[in-house]
Amino acid sequence: MAEVLLKIEGINKRFGGLQALSGVNLEIPKGAIYGLIGPNGAGKTTLFNVLTGLYMPDEGSFTFDGHDLFRAKPHKVVAAGIARTFQNIRLFSEMTALENVMVGRHIKSRAGALGAVLRDPRTRAEEAAIREKAWELLEYVGITDVADDLARNLSYGHQRRLEIARALATEPKLLALDEPAAGMNPRETDDLKHLMSKIRDGGVTILLIEHDVKLVMGLCDRIAVLDYGKRIAEGVPETVRKDPKVIEAYLGVAHE
Amino acid sequence: MDIFLQQILNGLVVGSIYALIALGYTMVYGIMGLINFAHGEVVMFGAMVTITVISALVGAGVSLPGPLLVIIGLLIAIPACMLIGFTIERIAYRPLRGAPRLAPLITAIGLSISLQQVAILIWGRNYIPFPPILNHDVITFLGASITKLQIVIIALCLLIMVGLLTMVEKTKLGRAMRATSQNPAVAGLMGVNVNSIISATFVIGSGLGAVAGVMVATNYDQAHYYMGYMIGMKAFTAAVLGGIGNLGGAVCGGILLGIIESLGAGYIGDLTGGFLGSNYQDVFAFVVLILVLIFRPSGLLGEKLADRA
Amino acid sequence: MTNSTLRGKLGIYLVSAFLLAAQPFLVGGFLGNSWVRIIDFALLYIMLALGLNIVVGFAGLLDMGYIAFYAVGAYTYGLLSSPQFGLHLPFYITIPLGAVCAACFGLLLGTPVLRLKGDYLAIVTLGFGEIIRIFMNNLNQPVNITNGPQGVNLIDPIHLGGLTLGKTMEIGSLSLPVVYLHYYLFLALSVLVVILATRLQRSRIGRAWVALREDDIAAAAMGINIRNIKLLAFALGALSGGIAGGLFASFQGFISPESFGLMESIMILAMVVLGGMGHIPGVVLGAVVLTIAPEILRDTIGPMQMSTFGRMIVDPENARQLLFGLALVVMMLVRPAGMWPSKRRALEFSDAKAKARAQKG
Repeated sequence: MAEVLLKIEGINKRFGGLQALSGVNLEIPKGAIYGLIGPNGAGKTTLFNVLTGLYMPDEGSFTFDGHDLFRAKPHKVVAAGIARTFQNIRLFSEMTALENVMVGRHIKSRAGALGAVLRDPRTRAEEAAIREKAWELLEYVGITDVADDLARNLSYGHQRRLEIARALATEPKLLALDEPAAGMNPRETDDLKHLMSKIRDGGVTILLIEHDVKLVMGLCDRIAVLDYGKRIAEGVPETVRKDPKVIEAYLGVAHE
Repeated sequence: MDIFLQQILNGLVVGSIYALIALGYTMVYGIMGLINFAHGEVVMFGAMVTITVISALVGAGVSLPGPLLVIIGLLIAIPACMLIGFTIERIAYRPLRGAPRLAPLITAIGLSISLQQVAILIWGRNYIPFPPILNHDVITFLGASITKLQIVIIALCLLIMVGLLTMVEKTKLGRAMRATSQNPAVAGLMGVNVNSIISATFVIGSGLGAVAGVMVATNYDQAHYYMGYMIGMKAFTAAVLGGIGNLGGAVCGGILLGIIESLGAGYIGDLTGGFLGSNYQDVFAFVVLILVLIFRPSGLLGEKLADRA
Repeated sequence: MTNSTLRGKLGIYLVSAFLLAAQPFLVGGFLGNSWVRIIDFALLYIMLALGLNIVVGFAGLLDMGYIAFYAVGAYTYGLLSSPQFGLHLPFYITIPLGAVCAACFGLLLGTPVLRLKGDYLAIVTLGFGEIIRIFMNNLNQPVNITNGPQGVNLIDPIHLGGLTLGKTMEIGSLSLPVVYLHYYLFLALSVLVVILATRLQRSRIGRAWVALREDDIAAAAMGINIRNIKLLAFALGALSGGIAGGLFASFQGFISPESFGLMESIMILAMVVLGGMGHIPGVVLGAVVLTIAPEILRDTIGPMQMSTFGRMIVDPENARQLLFGLALVVMMLVRPAGMWPSKRRALEFSDAKAKARAQKG
């Protein structure tokens, strides 16, 4: 097995009396498309939020590419190389598509307030580079035709793509996608599949939460299954598919 | 020790008035998730209208017992304030439901300024004295003194608050209010007329504000066009302290804030070695407000604060 | 750009530059120097409103205690360049010092309120402003620092060597009264603030602010350090307020807590909101209109009443404030995006309106 990029161990997260995650372990190998599936309310998005610093986990450990990210603030997580998208798309709606991606370059650029007001050659060069890179990313996900449209005026599929481009702008090592195919028609889903493969081939590891089991099975190298905040199965798609616990969780057999 | 008791008593009087006003803020917040910045002005109008009515009656030579005169004044002031509250909601809030949150804030500030200016037009810029019709007899109690009037204020506040809480728990209107505050859309589907519930909330809150305004005026023996601002700020602080949106919390928060403020003013000189005096009394409310919002934004009795707060 | 539009643009710039340069003479000549003074204040308010616009318009943080920073700047200048302590430090120390003090107060305010949003932030900042004012009002005993409600008097005008803005300057046959001199100083500084604000808006920092305003969680997920970017907005806004405060103290020669009340905070917020939040030309327009309109009203309400009714019915000051309050309400109902919003914001508001209408229907 390839080098491990992200390793989380024994992550616990409670909300009041609800144990949202209990002792979750995960090891994501570099260069994989790693699927995270599970029924509604299984804790997938909670795990995502813990991973990206939006929620503070109660216990556990979390190492990414040599950094200890346990209870790290969101911007530290991004700096370490994890970028994400949101299940219910969260774009900066009053900015254009291009500007959205430019915000993604924030972490890879340095100009401060002083640079902004002085507009010294270095700041201007950096600004030009930000714009250029943002444009390249729009090209990469194939939405340059709407570069100057406000994000909220884009079609649903374009918004999803824009969110991915914005996340890629931070130059992540791991791209975490929260149900990117939700609400897409089969053709859009297919396009998305190609995009994800392309991103992986470009050297970015992908963590994918998805509802669409078929999509995950066809695309992912490895899969973990969450149910009631616990990891109930892990492995290559073939094994996971046949795991009785997974079948039970999905079919709801004998659940009390 | 007697200073301590005295300050507690003073705090109790002021605090129960804060509580009454805080109910107005917290009811509106509970239902609409908005801070009604113009509520202090309603309180001020309550005081002003009552004083005007009493003065007119006294001036016309009507000789009735003081308390009865106050009640007549209130009977006019309460509907007047209810009308103002109803109008505030109609003008400043209803047309802007769903608009960016800054918009209703600005309209409320605009109305607040306008109401103050209308008050100046009617009553001028000077302090208006409360007519000397009430008994200010002092009762001494373990070395501390309290007037009979103040006892009446406390008792009346408690009575009104218990009445309101019962109303919200037991009546159909109260049930509809609670439903609306949980989820206006679903309440609407269940046949609750959300618009009229919101109006009712403003009207009831304003009625309470009117009563509170009269209590302030009797307690300090005067009223002023600008009085609503400071008392409104403090009552709002009380609502936040208790947990905004929570009726019981508003009551506890009001009384607690009154006591904190009065103890603070009594002891600040000793605490700072004479550097700061009781003229800093007004700072306490703001400091409490800031501290609560930083360390326990849900307040003492509040549940989780809504995301937008 | 073609040559002719370039020339046209250049022509417009030249004409406006000429008009701005000639303004005190035109206004002073036709309307009198008191109007030049009003325009001087309009320029001060432009600086203030643009400073607040960084906080409210760009970063979306509702600050209702902004006047406190103006006060800090003014008191720093006033206390250090007046007979109050017998210190007469030069402006090039007191104004920057006031700006830095104001920025520190900005951080002091910003740090505890990092978690607050919307109405709550508004009311806490309002409380902060009041606390500052209460202290200015009461710090005259036991040690007299601020001179309490009486305020600080006989503040030095800005002067450098023999050159002073405190008295009429004669250049050849040209005589420049005090208000003209300040006009040019304030104009230069306002233009500078406009340029700086524009540059900030179109920078990495400006984008981060807007991202924060639009969606703070997504902004954090993009690697923006929310705490720092918020504090930067508070500090830079306060800095601008502090500079304007120092200029105010030097221009006026007198300051007291009364100039820094809640009403002033609301006024500046209104300039930003009614002008067009986040849109620099709109905010400038808001500042100018809200400074000049009340003065016009002051001059017209009285005489109008006299000529129509033969006597004063409503005190002009009273009527002015009432109109201001009503204008806030009406503007929000009719043009919630402000007088001159950016094109994007205008769209957003009309969308919100359409949505609200659709929900009602």
